[in-house]
Amino acid sequence: MAARQISNPPGIWGHYGALIVLALITLTPIWVMVATGFKDDVLVQQKEPVWFFFFPTLENYDYIMTRGKFDRYLWNSTIVGVSATFLTLLSGGLCAYALARMEFRGRVLVANSTLLVRMVPPAVLAVPAFAMVINFSLNNDLAVLIFFYTALNLPFAIWLLFGFYKQIPVELEEAAIVDGATPLQVFFRVLMPLMKSGYAVAGIFTFRIAWNEFILALLLTGRTTRTLPVGAAGFITDTGVEWGRIMAMGTLIVIPPLLFTFFAARQIIAGMTAGAVKG
Amino acid sequence: MGDASAGTSVAASKPIRDLSTLVPYFFILPAVAIMLAGLLYPVIQAFYLSFYDWKIGTDFEDAPFVGLRHFIRMVGDENVWESIWVTIRFGFWTISIEMFLGVSLALLLEKPIRGASVFRTIFILPLMVSPVVVGLIWRYLFDARVGWINYYLGLIGIEPQVWLGDADLAFFAIVFTDIWQWTPFIFIIVIAGLQALPSEVLEASKIDGANWWQHIFFVKLPMIRSILLIALLMRLIDVFRALEVMYILTGGGPGRSTELLSLHIYNRAFDTQQLGYASAISVLLIAIVTILSLGILKMGNPMKEKTDI
Repeated sequence: MAARQISNPPGIWGHYGALIVLALITLTPIWVMVATGFKDDVLVQQKEPVWFFFFPTLENYDYIMTRGKFDRYLWNSTIVGVSATFLTLLSGGLCAYALARMEFRGRVLVANSTLLVRMVPPAVLAVPAFAMVINFSLNNDLAVLIFFYTALNLPFAIWLLFGFYKQIPVELEEAAIVDGATPLQVFFRVLMPLMKSGYAVAGIFTFRIAWNEFILALLLTGRTTRTLPVGAAGFITDTGVEWGRIMAMGTLIVIPPLLFTFFAARQIIAGMTAGAVKG
Repeated sequence: MGDASAGTSVAASKPIRDLSTLVPYFFILPAVAIMLAGLLYPVIQAFYLSFYDWKIGTDFEDAPFVGLRHFIRMVGDENVWESIWVTIRFGFWTISIEMFLGVSLALLLEKPIRGASVFRTIFILPLMVSPVVVGLIWRYLFDARVGWINYYLGLIGIEPQVWLGDADLAFFAIVFTDIWQWTPFIFIIVIAGLQALPSEVLEASKIDGANWWQHIFFVKLPMIRSILLIALLMRLIDVFRALEVMYILTGGGPGRSTELLSLHIYNRAFDTQQLGYASAISVLLIAIVTILSLGILKMGNPMKEKTDI
């Protein structure tokens, strides 16, 4: 291997072979989850793993749909995800626009602190959030969760949208202002259509976090306000672990994030690497 | 705060500036208010609560003021030090293995090929899956009785292990899970960095007769230094933020063998119910993360750079 020359890269089949092996390692645990969700209890408890060839059953799905309160969790998660995403995009978009296009006192301070608070660990929020819920008797209120998810996502969303605003030529706004448009009209009517892909990326990231988040949801939700991840974890406690049901639930939880990945992988990678790879 | 004079300076080319000087503040107000209330206020409250001995189930009004006693207790608290040590060991093993594997694989497989986007999509999947679900999947795979890992190890003659019930094995399990989740990500960003390198420089080094190793260590790696460094810092911060996967996989046990600092704070607060003391440990965590974040900020605040152009 050491003697290999740059001009003589490994053969293309070796290249594909290596990538396929890596892809299989990556996908195997996810496949195990999907498959286990379709297995009956006998198969799940069996020591010898069955990869592909078994008679699939829907009994796990039937259980979580009818008796597992899946509909309630799904509704809560959807409300929380959609509201947090909407609030983040609206307030974050306004803020990013101001930071990108306007001169004002404290602009650099806001920009720097935004990046700094991006790293606040969720564990640090846990106790104060809990205290807030107790003090204001907000238990069983999805609004608290929406509020914290919006706060947690704003720094990254602002940062991402800022980059997108910077790419739009300023002439369009100048023309609109000459025509007598107010700043809000410029923001909503002129720039919003051009920012579609920026908002899409920021929206995917925000929704994903709100949809997947567990630890604050565990703390801040009650019997009627549980979100999907909290519901899934709930299957552990009872009499042993109900693997079939857990994996069925897990499969349903990952569907939206996986759909996003398939349709917007390029944008997601661009967002994830925005911090590491300078454009 | 640096550009305090900017608001009154002349910049005639930007007509937006001619609008009322208050407009920018209306634009940033909602976001700044939410971040102040949802991120900064909790941090300040963590400081505040750390001076009180507040327990779950009691009124905060009855909680005695203890001054710096929590912090003094923390210095001599073996459990805190143990969880810091677990975090450091976890960070060391996960980050060094992920970086080594991710960078080596990227160097071997950086050539653009057809179908690369399919592989890229697959490699980000582990990061899109909810941490709770990641924890559940691996808890199943590592399960002592029905887990697949024990079965296949059995085929090559290794006795079944109680993976999540033994301190060393459980630690190995959380490291392994993290590697599965994050190595593909490092792989992708390093490839992105390598493919963005200017080809003239690479050609020049080739003509100069550098061999394969020299080419990598003296040309390529130094050129993607900043990517590697930022990836390293971000992963390091993540190690201090992580708790969800371990919460599901091991709950921090057995003993405290997999209790990362974030999880320790959570367990302190809601398991042993010492909200005040957990807040004091939070202050320590905030300090660590702030220092690491300042490192990233120092390497270049992208929002500042871009506006200075």
